[in-house]
Amino acid sequence: MSQKTLFEKVWERHEVVPETADTPAVLYIDLHLIHEVTTPQAFTLLREQNLKVRRPDRILATMDHSTPTTTEEIFGRIPIRMESAAQQIHKLEDNCREFGIELLGMTHKDRGIVHIIGPELGATQPGKTIVCGDSHTATHGAFGALAFGIGTTEVGHVLATQSLLQRRPKTLAINVKGRLPAGVAAKDLILAIIGKIGVGGGTGHVIEYRGEAISALSMDERMTICNMSIEAGARAGMIAPDETTFEYLNGRPKAPQGAAWDKAVAAWRELKSDAGARFDREVDIDASALEPMITYGTHPGMVLPISGSVPTKPDDPAFAKALNYMGMTPGERLLDKPINIVFIGSCTNARLSDIQLAARVIKGHKVAAGVRMLVVPGSQQIKHAAEALGLDKIFLDAGAEWRESGCSMCIGMNGDLAGKGEYVVSTSNRNFEGRQGQGARTLLASPATAAAAAIRGRITDPRQFL
Amino acid sequence: MPYPQNTSQSYEMQPIKSVKSRTVVLPSTDIDTDQIIPARFLRTTTKEGLGKQLFSDWRYDANGTPKTDFVLNLPESQGAAILVAGNNFGCGSSREHAPWALMDFGIRAVISTEIADIFSSNALKNGLLPLVIDKATHAWLMEHPGADVEIDLETTTLKLPDGKSVKFPIEAFARYCLLNGIDELGYLLNQDDAISRHERAYP
Ligand code: SF4
Repeated sequence: MSQKTLFEKVWERHEVVPETADTPAVLYIDLHLIHEVTTPQAFTLLREQNLKVRRPDRILATMDHSTPTTTEEIFGRIPIRMESAAQQIHKLEDNCREFGIELLGMTHKDRGIVHIIGPELGATQPGKTIVCGDSHTATHGAFGALAFGIGTTEVGHVLATQSLLQRRPKTLAINVKGRLPAGVAAKDLILAIIGKIGVGGGTGHVIEYRGEAISALSMDERMTICNMSIEAGARAGMIAPDETTFEYLNGRPKAPQGAAWDKAVAAWRELKSDAGARFDREVDIDASALEPMITYGTHPGMVLPISGSVPTKPDDPAFAKALNYMGMTPGERLLDKPINIVFIGSCTNARLSDIQLAARVIKGHKVAAGVRMLVVPGSQQIKHAAEALGLDKIFLDAGAEWRESGCSMCIGMNGDLAGKGEYVVSTSNRNFEGRQGQGARTLLASPATAAAAAIRGRITDPRQFL
Repeated sequence: MPYPQNTSQSYEMQPIKSVKSRTVVLPSTDIDTDQIIPARFLRTTTKEGLGKQLFSDWRYDANGTPKTDFVLNLPESQGAAILVAGNNFGCGSSREHAPWALMDFGIRAVISTEIADIFSSNALKNGLLPLVIDKATHAWLMEHPGADVEIDLETTTLKLPDGKSVKFPIEAFARYCLLNGIDELGYLLNQDDAISRHERAYP
């Protein structure tokens, strides 16, 4: 038998019908995550065509994108301010009720950002195929699942058939040698990878992150890495499961229990690329040479080590346009540039360890005068765990806002927005024009770098606070 | 022109054999779906009417007045159904609202040197053709906005005004469905036996 990559093993096991020159593969989907923004039109289609949901038991619904983050609105003491958001939320409630789908609704203790709750509940498991109408579904690949984002038409396909028509993607190995130096986070590593291969560098590929630096990461950190695969153009990113993975999943409510657990772990141990398995492409990167990273432009590939200066590209109008939007000049040093807002949140960096890291940096300090700091945990479970550790107090004492979970200022759909021209040091994943508000300027960074910026009101190397 | 232009309409699967139109050129590279349709317009539960908000932050000023210098607002761009854009078009979010907005505006094809995976897949399901072509042809199109071109889906060729034509790749099954007005969901529903067998083999 030929050697196989992790991706090939998971793909082949889910081929209901293999692909031919004329037809794509029919790929079976084990877990379908849904949320309020990308599903209403798919349910409408089901109704129009009089179709049933094939496997409601393989779907998990939550609400995160357009949900408010104030306690009053979440727990119904005041109505949701945004009418259109309320409508989407109620539509999802109706759809889940009508089609018999489990919903972690507004006040549910397990509600949260869709890519955070899947792993947290143990629904995300090695070897599964996982889809969601959301491009950051790549996050779940951290467990050795094949997980990718789909459009709303495809959401309808999966609702009706639990399957998708897919062409087999190519494989790209990213070999990360060495260890991350102290004070350099998983976020810095993935930003460096995107900077190296470019925002279209992974298009058409599934990435497998491998090597010593990857094995040394916690599950939270691995999720940060896989999450941003799409920012390099790859629909999916995967990491082979190992003891760290099994330990994370053991005992989680939707993970296998008892004898089924032992059987599952035995099968999961096979989920790694065989020695000598061939990838379509390979890229090497040395983790030990990295420092904290921060973006300066309007896509995640426009990224620099924090001690760097904005490059000069005289004949590149796209580059000039991006710098103009960002209010940056060629040759400008990034350190000490004044900022306005700090956002700790999103499916990239709002897990408990991210919030702990930000708290460690800000503890005993104050948010700089004139700076707003917003801390939005990735799920209600994370919020409560952080509160049990007293982290909310640390942020509140520093002058930050502590919110209910959701996507919040990562995408600003719920009204948590930055103003025109404001600089936001954000732990999220996209620094596109207008992503965090019309005219808002996003600087992507790790939770430590974001918290350090809050203290000084300027772009700051977090290592001085660690 | 095979389709009405710049009108709100629903997207019945009509067969598509070709798209013939003037081009409109958006030279920016890495145009992400947040530019195509900003997130604040995604608080909708239908597909209709999104053309108004296409490229909203580039098209309108703070008061909602169309910016006269933005290419889609120019008189000569009205009715153009083929958008030529810089490398890596449609990157970012999986929102199908992006092709819905383009279609609703009247765009029927996007041409670039690279188009993001999820955007391409979404586009094909809505009858919007994502064309990836060679750099030289692309460079020519970028320099000649308003060129009259024809995309022939049967022969998978892009015909340029000087009579030259270049081939473009397109996934075979998606092409078949587009040419024949077939909805992919019907094909998947017909796989019911195979899907049930798979479910029995891997409960
Ligand atoms: S946190 Fe941001 S990137 Fe993640 S799912 Fe929500 S909107 Fe998308």
